[in-house]
Amino acid sequence: MKRHIIERLKHLYIHAYIILWIVIAIFPVIWIVSMSLNPIDVLHPTTLQIIPKNATLSAYIKVLTRPYEAYPVSFGKLLFNSLFVAGGTALLSVALASTAAYAFSRFKFPGREIGLLGFIVTQMLPATATLAPLFVILTLLHIRNTLYGLIVAYASGSVPFAIWNLKGYFDTVPKELEEAALVDGCDRNQAFLKIILPLSFPAIAVTFLFGFMNGWMEWMLAWTFLTKPENFTLAMTLYNMQGQWNTPWSQFAAFSIIISLPVMIVWYLLQRYIVSGLTLGAVKG
Amino acid sequence: MADKSDISLWEQLRRHKLAYYYILPSAIVMGLITAFPIIYQIWMAFTNFNITNLRNPHPQFVGLANFIKIFTNQVPLENFNFWRTFGFNVVWTFANVFLHVTIGISLAVALNTPRLALKKFYRTLLVIPWAVPSYISALIWRNMFDVDFGAVNQILSSILGHAVKIPWLTSPNAPIKILSFLSYAFYADLITNVWLGFPFMMVVATGALQSIPHEIYEAAEIDGVNERGKFFKITLPLIRSAMLPAIMLGIVWTFNQFNVIYLVSGGGPLGTTEILVTQAYKIVNPGGLYGVASAFGLIVFFILLGITLITNRITRATESHI
Repeated sequence: MKRHIIERLKHLYIHAYIILWIVIAIFPVIWIVSMSLNPIDVLHPTTLQIIPKNATLSAYIKVLTRPYEAYPVSFGKLLFNSLFVAGGTALLSVALASTAAYAFSRFKFPGREIGLLGFIVTQMLPATATLAPLFVILTLLHIRNTLYGLIVAYASGSVPFAIWNLKGYFDTVPKELEEAALVDGCDRNQAFLKIILPLSFPAIAVTFLFGFMNGWMEWMLAWTFLTKPENFTLAMTLYNMQGQWNTPWSQFAAFSIIISLPVMIVWYLLQRYIVSGLTLGAVKG
Repeated sequence: MADKSDISLWEQLRRHKLAYYYILPSAIVMGLITAFPIIYQIWMAFTNFNITNLRNPHPQFVGLANFIKIFTNQVPLENFNFWRTFGFNVVWTFANVFLHVTIGISLAVALNTPRLALKKFYRTLLVIPWAVPSYISALIWRNMFDVDFGAVNQILSSILGHAVKIPWLTSPNAPIKILSFLSYAFYADLITNVWLGFPFMMVVATGALQSIPHEIYEAAEIDGVNERGKFFKITLPLIRSAMLPAIMLGIVWTFNQFNVIYLVSGGGPLGTTEILVTQAYKIVNPGGLYGVASAFGLIVFFILLGITLITNRITRATESHI
């Protein structure tokens, strides 16, 4: 009986500790939701209420109809640009990485170790450290100020990770399956296309979504490379809102929620893969 | 490869023809978009490449001038100080990773309590900071650190019962006198990044804890080991090997935490919270000093390489102790 009470007390203390951290973890989210519903564009919700007085969705309507104050570019156009860049990045990285990952997983060839090491090294370079040459090269190629240039720049960052991720998964697909197919008269390409790729669908989907999310959220390279408002992405527009002297806070909050909600949903769906992918890369890297 | 040494290189290449076919597309593109820029960067680092060279890419060769400028703080940008930035970057990294790891492990241990209710629900809520895109979190925190209307000062005011006006992002002064090089903005950045980073360490530690069989704790209990002893003698040694790779990753991430520094404090006030990657960005935009930026990027690369080698060595050394 006494033991039971001690455990109860201990649990109470643990619950209190965890709840304290939950409050810290979700407070900024509640704050931003509250701000987005606020009828006046103030810097802060006037009281600490989740749903403010005279709560309104007008900020959402405003950002969906005219998201960029200084220039008449529609939300649809910004959304299209973001989807185009994110989708293009994801597609390019998966297309390039799947074949290379297959070779690294299945063949032993001269240069294999150096190649794998090279990918890790390029992973280590933060985007701002290679910003100058990328800016100059893309400018000289006359694609810097386009969405295609941005896709190329993003892919250069996401391909190495995609190769690691896919190679890790291909390694787990039994070799016997391909060998059986080769005996039955398939060639290597058919084995790759008809056996490995379909079996690795989950890994390919995850790699695609990683590339997509990176492209969807990146703003720094986009902000440096693109100057024409008709090329702007959602993430850039949000950054630009904060940069204005008089930030429209309710709209900023509403816009943040619109952009991050899909990312958060995908994140929760992929949580398991994100954790295993990161730790796998870290252990091997 | 020793057993193949009698076969010529050409023969080896021929044998592995198919492997190269598979690598070729990504190798070409990677060569164009990753390797070529790096080679180009090395060349640019020794030139005075600037905005005018974007039309006419024939800058002058200047030898080591860019590197000398960086190391002697002669780069014509406001508050440029390489050594202060580097030192701050190291302090920033260790303060963050230390807090990430301690908070993460403490929550993981709390969530690992047997027979505790609502565990799954708690875990789902606690990973929210990781799920929100980091640049959006950083912008939200910047808003919350506003001196007059920000949430942080408002909450402190209502807890303490009088108006609190901490100049989180505007004062270059240090709130803690002994740590005179750490301005208020450092603590604002630190709070933001601790909020962002603890869920990752918590998730890794949770995974590691689940692999410890519960019988070990029961046996220790029978032997009369108290809670403290259980934590330091059983839990910590057993999760260490799973935590170390995550800590290494955390160090590299935090060292390069561009979004938090750039968006919350902007490296200011007076450059007190500048880190290497935000400085690298400013040299390009608005600086336009592409040659200097290339040299700076190379320096950052070698610093990161050094950190990786050192942490790798420490990891190996500690592994052999277990």
